[in-house]
Amino acid sequence: MGPFLHEFFSPLDFLRSTPQVWSGFKLNIQLMLVAEALVLPLALVVAIVRGLPGRAAVPFRAAAIAYTDIFRGTPLILVLLMVNGGFATLNYFGLSANTLFKNGVIALVLVYTAYVTEVYRAGIESVHPSQRMAARSLGLSYMQAMRYVVLPQAIRRVIPPLLNDFVGLQKDTALVTVIGLTEAATQAGFYSSNFANYASFGVAAVFFIFLTIPLARFTDHIIREREKRERAQAV
Amino acid sequence: MNANGHFVSLQGVTKRFGDLEVLHDINLDVSEHNVVCLIGASGSGKSTLLRCINLLEQVDAGSIVVDGQPITGTKVDVNQLRQKIGIVFQAYNLFPHMTVLQNVTLAPRKALGISRDKAEAHARALLRQIGLEEKSDEFPDRLSGGQQQRVAIVRALATGPKLMLLDEITSALDPQLIGEVLELVRELAQSGMTMILATHEMSFAREVAHKVCFLDAGVIHEEGPPEQVLSAPQEERTREFLARVLEGGRL
Repeated sequence: MGPFLHEFFSPLDFLRSTPQVWSGFKLNIQLMLVAEALVLPLALVVAIVRGLPGRAAVPFRAAAIAYTDIFRGTPLILVLLMVNGGFATLNYFGLSANTLFKNGVIALVLVYTAYVTEVYRAGIESVHPSQRMAARSLGLSYMQAMRYVVLPQAIRRVIPPLLNDFVGLQKDTALVTVIGLTEAATQAGFYSSNFANYASFGVAAVFFIFLTIPLARFTDHIIREREKRERAQAV
Repeated sequence: MNANGHFVSLQGVTKRFGDLEVLHDINLDVSEHNVVCLIGASGSGKSTLLRCINLLEQVDAGSIVVDGQPITGTKVDVNQLRQKIGIVFQAYNLFPHMTVLQNVTLAPRKALGISRDKAEAHARALLRQIGLEEKSDEFPDRLSGGQQQRVAIVRALATGPKLMLLDEITSALDPQLIGEVLELVRELAQSGMTMILATHEMSFAREVAHKVCFLDAGVIHEEGPPEQVLSAPQEERTREFLARVLEGGRL
């Protein structure tokens, strides 16, 4: 155990590398916040489009299915390289080699929106059709029934899996290192090559873990409060 | 009120699910302020018939006229139509994430565009009438089945419908809770609400119905005043059905 602890948890290197890793980790937090803020609403839109009824909606449904199939199936690292290498080189969408942060966010959003769409969709389908029928029978339109009756129930049911994807996104922000963004893992790598010690990676890991745990406890708390409010006495 | 003087008029209504014909050539007239009870075994088409009347199901053939307005054409505003027709389901289908008051005010506010204050005042008045005003801020799951079903009825009434469709609304209830729900339906009938009920409660049908229709395999085999259909049925199938129901009652 000795060499292992020394490599990853040597107290001196742990402390010494912390500021450097932290300077990179701030970028992970920014990427995560911006990407998540875009993923949550965009994925909801795609999920709703995917569930639209009727023949007129066929092309929209098909587009939504194609999108989720493609971006759920493509490794994030490839999407990062393609957005950064392809779109940015060709200056599509105002992207360039100077907009690395934007390039990274776009790749993260493209991939994670596809995942989260499926989570929302599972939630929407888990709401019994009789709920939608009851809403429609009261004279609410399709979108009103969706907004006031189906989605509120669907979203609260998928909060745990949403959190799961949120954690995945947080961790995958480390992959932007491949397009040249200097985030926590990159800084940890710099440190380890300078000092021939891996404690900096341990520091980065601890940062990521400390970011996810409060989120998990917060989600548990929300769910518990709601149970208390809406459900009959505990069974 | 349409040309032939009926509030609801079905002519040759046929509905298929795939190859299965669940309603076959249904003709039914309901006068304003009248109560019609549909009886028949499960799967005889009672629920489908009700769902066709508020367009939760599209008919495959035939026509339906409600309040002088043909509803089976293509240019029907279904949302507007449904505000005139309240439907209550066997399983209540209250919205579990909303309080009782929110359940009742949702359609008036969002579908009719009534202000929140007005909608809530109206909802509270309706809830007071059925003795559930103090449950306004409870979530449905905390209410008994009978209370939930009464809230569902009030929710359907909140948009001011001229026709109520009740789809076996007591079938999911414990026997001791059925009474309170039927009492509310009885009051509605006395107030002159036009209603079509699918029900297994024969004595209640006898009491409130102006007309009873016996459905079997998607066909109305017999219809007439309750004393005739329920006490002196002409058709063999009706007699068999009623005998089975009575036997079930004894067990």
